[in-house]
Amino acid sequence: MSLSIFAAAVSMLEAASTYSAPGVVSTGEAVTFWILGPLALAAAAGMVFARNAVHSAMCLIAVMFCFAVFYIVQEAPFLGFVQIIVYTGAVMMLFLFVLMLVGRDSSDSVVEVLRGQRLAALTFGIGLAALLVAALGRALVAVTPAGLGEAGSINNVTGIGRLIFTDYLFAFELTSALLITAALGAIVLAFAQTAAHAKRGQRATVTARLRGEHDRISPLPGPGVYATANSVAVPALLPDGSVAPESLSEIIDSTPVREIEQPEPDAHALTGRPAHLDEAGDLR
Amino acid sequence: MSPTYYLLLSALLFCVGAVGVLVRRNAIVVFMCIELMLNAVNLSLVTFARVNGTLDGQVMAFFVMVVAAAEVVVGLAIIMSIFRTRRTASVDDANLLKY
Repeated sequence: MSLSIFAAAVSMLEAASTYSAPGVVSTGEAVTFWILGPLALAAAAGMVFARNAVHSAMCLIAVMFCFAVFYIVQEAPFLGFVQIIVYTGAVMMLFLFVLMLVGRDSSDSVVEVLRGQRLAALTFGIGLAALLVAALGRALVAVTPAGLGEAGSINNVTGIGRLIFTDYLFAFELTSALLITAALGAIVLAFAQTAAHAKRGQRATVTARLRGEHDRISPLPGPGVYATANSVAVPALLPDGSVAPESLSEIIDSTPVREIEQPEPDAHALTGRPAHLDEAGDLR
Repeated sequence: MSPTYYLLLSALLFCVGAVGVLVRRNAIVVFMCIELMLNAVNLSLVTFARVNGTLDGQVMAFFVMVVAAAEVVVGLAIIMSIFRTRRTASVDDANLLKY
């Protein structure tokens, strides 16, 4: 509801400021400022003093909406919408994402690590505020804005684009390099930990096996399954009919079980030929 | 009313952000306070552009926004990797480089 009020106020004020003479601050703008300014300050204080980090993020979103309205009122409509899209849309969503990843309930510790640090910080902040307010109040109290005229309303995007691609072209190019570097840096930082213990692929495993890095080339044989028993205690048989000892788990081996009768090793067990033919030297 | 009040507001918000950076211990909240300080500076840049009657201040604010976006990406990635190794997002616990 408050957002729709904001939007109505913004459209009204933009219309008012477009048709007013430059150098004049309209009454509507003053009303907007005196409503949203204290609101922004309160939300900023809430961000600093909220215990829960998610509440801090919500307060910061409110501050950024207020800033967007200020930009639009102050003849910078492009920056106002960029503020809403980039900051409240992208950056704050990123913050909330990381907050949820890190853990929503990771609230601040109340323990003061450095003694008197909070008091010192508050004193510093109040002192800095007093200095800045005093200096600004003395220096700029009766200034009349020159105003941007058309460049602040309908020609705003055109003017900013012209400036970016003429006077600030080099800085703009540097910006693209900065963005690419930041994206690469984020990728490197996000993948640095997962690369350390990455899973080995099938091909790499086979190569390592053939190179002798494992105990044996093939995986361990599984337990045998017969028509009379489907227990894992039943061992697998080797081609000659003998028990493959590796197919039995050591735990099962150590528990008392019924002895399985060992048949004589028979090289022709699978072909069905009797073993004595071999001994007679019939085929060899 | 004159645009000076915008500058006063931006100075106050900058101070609130600075106090937040000094007081809070959660790294993500510290980061949000830095964002608040950058935004406050942006507001003063926009106000200066209006007072001077040129668009240069708005272009500066635009560049500040771009740099802030890049900074947020890298900073949050650093916070995430610290959280992965130390299981904490508190600035007090990331003290390996201290001594």
